[in-house]
Amino acid sequence: MTTIIITTTMVTVFTGILALLLTIANNTIANYGEVEVVINDDKEYLVQGGNSLLSTLVDQKIFIPSACGGRGTCGYCKVKVLEGGGPVLPTELPWLTEDEIRNHMRLSCQCKVKEKMKIEIPEELFNVREYEATVELLEDMTPEIKKLRLRLKEGEEIDFKPGQYIQVKIPTYDGNDEEVYRAYSIGNPPSVKNYIDLYIGYTGGIATTYIHKFLKIGDTVHINGPYGDFYYHDQSDREMIMVAVGSGIAPILSILGYMKDNNIRRKATFYFGAKTPQDLFELDLIRGLEKELYDFKFIPTLSRVKEEHNWTGERGRVNIALEKYVENGVNKEAYLCGSPGMIDSVVEVLTKKGFTEDTIFYDKF
Amino acid sequence: MIEISPWVIFFASIFTNNMIFSNFLGMCSFISVSNEIPTSLGLGQAVTFVLTFTTMLNYLIYHYILVPLGLEYLRFIIFIITIAAFVQLIEMLVERYFTNLYYTLGIFLPLITVNCVILAVSLFMVIRNYTFLQSVGFAIGSGIGWTLAIAAMAGAKQRIKNNKLPKGLEGAGITLIITGLMALAFVGFSGIVQIQ
Repeated sequence: MTTIIITTTMVTVFTGILALLLTIANNTIANYGEVEVVINDDKEYLVQGGNSLLSTLVDQKIFIPSACGGRGTCGYCKVKVLEGGGPVLPTELPWLTEDEIRNHMRLSCQCKVKEKMKIEIPEELFNVREYEATVELLEDMTPEIKKLRLRLKEGEEIDFKPGQYIQVKIPTYDGNDEEVYRAYSIGNPPSVKNYIDLYIGYTGGIATTYIHKFLKIGDTVHINGPYGDFYYHDQSDREMIMVAVGSGIAPILSILGYMKDNNIRRKATFYFGAKTPQDLFELDLIRGLEKELYDFKFIPTLSRVKEEHNWTGERGRVNIALEKYVENGVNKEAYLCGSPGMIDSVVEVLTKKGFTEDTIFYDKF
Repeated sequence: MIEISPWVIFFASIFTNNMIFSNFLGMCSFISVSNEIPTSLGLGQAVTFVLTFTTMLNYLIYHYILVPLGLEYLRFIIFIITIAAFVQLIEMLVERYFTNLYYTLGIFLPLITVNCVILAVSLFMVIRNYTFLQSVGFAIGSGIGWTLAIAAMAGAKQRIKNNKLPKGLEGAGITLIITGLMALAFVGFSGIVQIQ
């Protein structure tokens, strides 16, 4: 009996002393008090020190893109740290190029806020929010592409530029044991504020498998955004050449919708690449836009047409149609969205036609 | 108490009684953090540092608290708690006051809490009846030996990084095979010094 008492007391006292010691240490040594964080030279935040920059910013409702949730395994949460933050940590090195290190880029999930910090983030990130949305529509557009409509909670609104994307959080499911974020372009115009439409092509990856095989109408989906520097540029009235393949149609539809809503009178041509007539979708919407927009033409081009399809339109990949119809790059700008291969070949054609780098905007996925 | 110079124990625990190659202890971080030499050296330093101090601390706790109270059988739980608390405390201290050190070893400290080399050294010290100085020599030697092993592994892994491996051997598989080969090579040291 005495042994039990002695043993228990001993362990309790010992653990108690250590716990006390650690609590004291936590409140003295590890207490950095309130620290000032200055963002983009004009916004000042007084924050509790000691946490990672990423989570400190999230507490201030500033969302830095991050796919892994702060574990240092995705390398997305890069932020320019001009003052404070100490040297680059070994855990960041795999994600930073030499140029980025020279430019004071850091992974915000690894860098801790311990002293006054000055950081720079793209202005647009102040607009990024987290939303909880409900699946309202999940419809097959083609055998491979689904349209997904996510309705935001009553009263919530999302502000974005036409062409930008959001990130969708993919939870764990049977066959996937890690949470990931994937980016998808918004397919509806910004005038729609309480839902977003996404076009998601099936690739067999973690996210598309989830959306195509597991997601059901009524499910809750967490998204954050908007992000991206691929969006409609309204500073000019240059003629627009738009090119997309497959689910790359989303940002183009958003831009066209924006032009319709704002009655923008610019000449625009949309080249859309697909394999067979089966792979064309949202045709009613686009044909409608052809009637309503000031000067808009839709040119679908199919790369694998057979006799039985009775296809009278363009044939071959999009770069062939561009080769044929775009005369030169004078007073034109191009918006491209699709796979890296498609973008590269289209950029090549356009550059040959005389487009300069600053008149070609693209979104590779 | 056995009459071996702490120096002999120090050298023996690097070469003939290397924790990795003769006891296969501390394998999890050995396998997962041995991809690059600088990182593995950082981890090795942190292990050596924590090992030395926790062994000293555990020696004092064991011989001046547990033995007088007749509670030797509590050593497992007490050693584990001491190691965990010490690592936590050190992490806070280093992060606050030794910023530069923190950037080289600080991030590895949490990994070490669960590194079994640390506990093993404290337990061997008790089993083998080491004196305080012998324990210190044993701890530093084991730490350096562990660092040597992980750095050698990182070097070997960097060499084979671009080589094709059979699918099933990628990652941990080949690491264990290399460890086995290195352990065989280390057998060559046996006989130089003898402890235990």
